[in-house]
Amino acid sequence: MFKKMVIASVAVFLCTVFFSSVYAQNKELMGAGATFPYPLYSKMFDVYKQEYNVTVNYQAIGSGGGIQQLMNKTVDFGATDAFLSEKEMEQSPDNSIVHIPVCLGAVVVTYNIPGNPALQMTPEVLEEIFLGTIKKWNDTKIQAVNPQIKLPSTNITVVTRSDGSGTTFIFTDYLTKVSTQWAKTVGTGKSVNFPVGLGAKGNAGVAGMIKVTPGSIGYVELIYALQNKMAVGIVKNKSGSYIKPTLESVSAAAAVKIPDDTRVSLTNTDAPQGYPISSFTWIILFKEQNYNSRSKDTAKTLVEALWWIAHQGQKYAAPLEYSPLPKSAVEQSEKLLKSITYNGTPILK
Amino acid sequence: MTIINGVSYRVFKDHLFKITTIIASFLLLVPLILILFYIIKNGISTINWEFIINMPKPVGESGGGIANAIVGTFMLIGIASFCAIPLGILVGIFLYDHKSSILSWWTRFSVEVLQGVPSIVIGILAYTWIVIPNGSFSALSGGIALGIMMLPIIVKSTEETLNLIPNHLKEASLALGVPYYKTLLKVIVPCAMSGIVTGILIGIARIVGETAPLLFTAFGNQFINYNILKPVNSLPLMIFNYAASPYEDWHKIAWGASFFLVAVVFILNVITKLVVRRWKVQF
Amino acid sequence: MNTKNIYNSKNFADKFNSALYFLSAFLIIVLFAAICVTLTVFSLQSIKTFGLSFLTASLWDPVAGKFGALTYIYGTVLTSTLALLLSIPFAFSVIVFLGEYYTEGILSNILKSAVELLAGIPSVIYGFWALYALVPIIRKFEMAFEIPPYGVGILTAAIVLAIMIIPYSASIGREAIQLVPSELKESAYALGATQYEVLRYVTVPYARSGIFAGILLSLGRAVGETMAVTMVIGNVNKISLNIFAPGNTMASVIANQFSEACDKLYISSLVEIGLVLFVITGVINVIGKYILKKISI
Repeated sequence: MFKKMVIASVAVFLCTVFFSSVYAQNKELMGAGATFPYPLYSKMFDVYKQEYNVTVNYQAIGSGGGIQQLMNKTVDFGATDAFLSEKEMEQSPDNSIVHIPVCLGAVVVTYNIPGNPALQMTPEVLEEIFLGTIKKWNDTKIQAVNPQIKLPSTNITVVTRSDGSGTTFIFTDYLTKVSTQWAKTVGTGKSVNFPVGLGAKGNAGVAGMIKVTPGSIGYVELIYALQNKMAVGIVKNKSGSYIKPTLESVSAAAAVKIPDDTRVSLTNTDAPQGYPISSFTWIILFKEQNYNSRSKDTAKTLVEALWWIAHQGQKYAAPLEYSPLPKSAVEQSEKLLKSITYNGTPILK
Repeated sequence: MTIINGVSYRVFKDHLFKITTIIASFLLLVPLILILFYIIKNGISTINWEFIINMPKPVGESGGGIANAIVGTFMLIGIASFCAIPLGILVGIFLYDHKSSILSWWTRFSVEVLQGVPSIVIGILAYTWIVIPNGSFSALSGGIALGIMMLPIIVKSTEETLNLIPNHLKEASLALGVPYYKTLLKVIVPCAMSGIVTGILIGIARIVGETAPLLFTAFGNQFINYNILKPVNSLPLMIFNYAASPYEDWHKIAWGASFFLVAVVFILNVITKLVVRRWKVQF
Repeated sequence: MNTKNIYNSKNFADKFNSALYFLSAFLIIVLFAAICVTLTVFSLQSIKTFGLSFLTASLWDPVAGKFGALTYIYGTVLTSTLALLLSIPFAFSVIVFLGEYYTEGILSNILKSAVELLAGIPSVIYGFWALYALVPIIRKFEMAFEIPPYGVGILTAAIVLAIMIIPYSASIGREAIQLVPSELKESAYALGATQYEVLRYVTVPYARSGIFAGILLSLGRAVGETMAVTMVIGNVNKISLNIFAPGNTMASVIANQFSEACDKLYISSLVEIGLVLFVITGVINVIGKYILKKISI
């Protein structure tokens, strides 16, 4: 009987392996990274599977995770809202990492107070709330910027990201630019030592926590606040206007010269109608796709999928409140995608 | 003094203690009932045939199901069982056979330490051993991590059940001239089947709900995947991801998945009890 | 007729089977050794860089490359100890209930099944339930007492942990109590002791090593628990004496940060935390099991 069991299980195992390798012909890509664009990616990859029968498995584990898994070569592509620093690029000296911009988004300040009024926020107020020096909602500084709104006397509970996040990078990048105190004490990064605040995992976790914690405040990508009917702060930009985060104000912030490798920060934009905490979000991949015995097919599938994202995929951005790429960014992406090689020869003609 | 040592006082203390104990024990039922109540109340409305068959929808859209998680969970359990059951039974037989050699002492020690290793540490190990060399997350790595967790349970239950079998069975078989290995495999082990099967069921019930080792091995997948070399989703992983999100739809799905999971664990427990009752080793 | 000595059998099948068993046992030991080696090798960089200060420094700054695990060790110790303290009265009640008062019968079956069910519920479901059922209650409590209404925090995590570990100490403790020889109990009854007095002066002292082992093993489980704790502890890298404050534990920091640790030192530090967890749970388990073996459960 034992022998029968052994034979049966070996047979089952062999069948599984056989069938899975047969199934493996079904094209499949793996990506990991930012939660910032996750609602858009999940929609785009769902559509892509229906139209082209290519499965793109994307796991939103945070920009830090996306960069790390790409470096470990355990995924086909990573996704991050924080472009790699020079130091991070140096970690892969022989195979450079290409950044392909996908869309634009806004990091909004969302909060949970009774009535969910649209509060106006200045850089100084934001800096002090997140540094912990402003502790109550009805603090004179917040009240001064919002004279018509009666603010409650509840304590402010700050919610931040517990994982390595591109959204954190964008937000801290903005705060570093507008506040010398912040630049000195906390700085910019995907994972910083916030002076105060609870930690939640992913944009979804932060939104989830704020939604149920009265008096809380935090930073998330726009769509997470909108989809959950949460209040959004109106932030004063560099030119002095209070800008609501919308498709238009984010696109306005992107009206700057984009460098060739598209690694640019859009925070604290000079654009007069631009929302000050906007950013690109990128998909990152290796320039030379023949590593770890990757097949040319896989590389081609990947580059074609990214080409689709930069062109036909853009129409899914606006319904989800992400700004589609400006023309200059699309042209840059095309140039960069054409530079992806397999064994030295470009994959796309 | 009379009051303290009086019989009625002592009887009073006795009754007081008994009542406190009974109340405290049944207080323990309160969280259990709350948990089950929550799961049933929130989960049962989501469970329908579509829920089980469909795949999840993109973020923010309602509907969708847990088919990919169910398939993934089955795959992971299959891989884990394939790794752990044969090895576990073999080791159990070994420990039964050799009660006091150096090798058996070290084996027992290893099994005991393995039983206590936190699941997240096993996740780290599977990541280092399988994910990185392979270059991708896979159901295989998740299954192996779960298999490592299942192993001690199977070893223990096999050994304990075998120990219950009285020696005269073995001796009678040997006296009839049956070779030792056949005695073990065809006489002793079949007697212990109920215990071994119980151990397997308990092992499965334990790993079906494990999430931590899968965080960086099986990784998750929004689509159904049958390839063991690619990532899969699993019920607990899905619950974890959806639970902390702000989307009401995702919460509903998570409750439905929790209901499904708890039902599976419950059914496994019931089957275990039936197996024990029907196949009990009796001499 | 095979009349040769079992262990010296020249029969191929016997030798093959023997070899198979030896091989499998060897494999287990190799597995154990591999775990120790992997954890140590990957932690080496962190051990060499920080030495013992890793365990005493509380600054965990991935950006600056400085890692100190004190916050997490504190969080683990605090949540586990609190969970243990919360669970002991209830576990003890269940032990006494099932082991002494109602060893058989309907009430006993109900409680036994309930405890088994509690043990069987996966930890992620505990976390999920705690997030939506327990946290609002604690939040209301905090708002009533003017404490910042996080809802999540060390106390919440400790409560969930307590519920999760009660079945472990309860089942081991119950078996320990049932091992007490009835002659001892009967002689005490014969001398006129009440049930409570027999429990207090005879049964429990006799079974105390078993009960202690059960409690120790449940502590081991609490230390290593990841999912339920991660979901309700608030994930804040600060040491706070206030149990209502959020915190972080060793297991949950690994779960949160492992997949994105980017440089070698970061990964090495996380693996070192894993090593510490491994050693702590290993020691606890080995001691607990050793005690149980001595009293032959």
